[in-house]
Amino acid sequence: MIGLSHYLIVSALIFSIGLMGVLRRRNLLMLFFATEVMLNAVNIAFAAISHYYNDLTGQMFAFFIIAIAASEVAVGLGILIVLYKKHGTLDLDDLASMKG
Amino acid sequence: MYEMVAFYLFSVLTIGLFLITVMSKNVLYAMTSLAAGMVLISGFFFILGADFLGVVQLIAYVGAIMALYSFAMMFFDATRDIKEKNTNPALVFLLGGLSAVVLVLMFAAPIHSDAIQALYPMHEGVGNAQDVGIVLFTKYLVPFEVAALMLLVAMIAGIILAGKKMDQSLTEDMSADDEILTQKDEK
Repeated sequence: MIGLSHYLIVSALIFSIGLMGVLRRRNLLMLFFATEVMLNAVNIAFAAISHYYNDLTGQMFAFFIIAIAASEVAVGLGILIVLYKKHGTLDLDDLASMKG
Repeated sequence: MYEMVAFYLFSVLTIGLFLITVMSKNVLYAMTSLAAGMVLISGFFFILGADFLGVVQLIAYVGAIMALYSFAMMFFDATRDIKEKNTNPALVFLLGGLSAVVLVLMFAAPIHSDAIQALYPMHEGVGNAQDVGIVLFTKYLVPFEVAALMLLVAMIAGIILAGKKMDQSLTEDMSADDEILTQKDEK
């Protein structure tokens, strides 16, 4: 039988995949993909806890996380487009302009 | 039984697809595997009885956010492989694994205590969407409105940031546009 810990382990695995992506990616668009993976992992954990404790609070938090992710993507992609217009690249190593 | 099969199928597929997202060098592959993984995550929500959350995941994540990503990808050069230099991959794997262990401990610590009780319990015989609606529009009304305002601000910010100099092409050089203009003048 599938218990709460199964879902939490899957969620932690997906979260660590996303975290690994955040650590190793140098391209800003790919970095955004990795953050989306992390947000989805947390949503799974919230929905699972909400189901196994018969409590709706977890689902509420998942809704607000989806809303925050949507606005993050809207603003972030706008900033990415401005950056690409200015520098012609999305690589973080090339964008480090405060190297002194 | 069916729940178990569905859970293992969804989890293996999701983890595999997200690994492709994180490891792939091609933006197109990364984006399509991310979209597919999000569809499968909505499958998790349907197993867990959170029907409304699953529908919102399908509409908002797969429908809106991935469409936004694919539109933004048209601004960048998506066909070229991304070259990234990784200075120390072993350190990245070590840090990722350690953080995963810490995360599991953080999630597991409060759950194994008996002090948890449901704040807004689900009702028997009431659909999930109805239940969610009642709680969302009574207890969580103020955060809901604040989230709506935040989405409005984000929409305006996105339009203003992306909309500047929209008439210029980003990927092609400007000489191509000039050629088109001169051709028009000749006619």
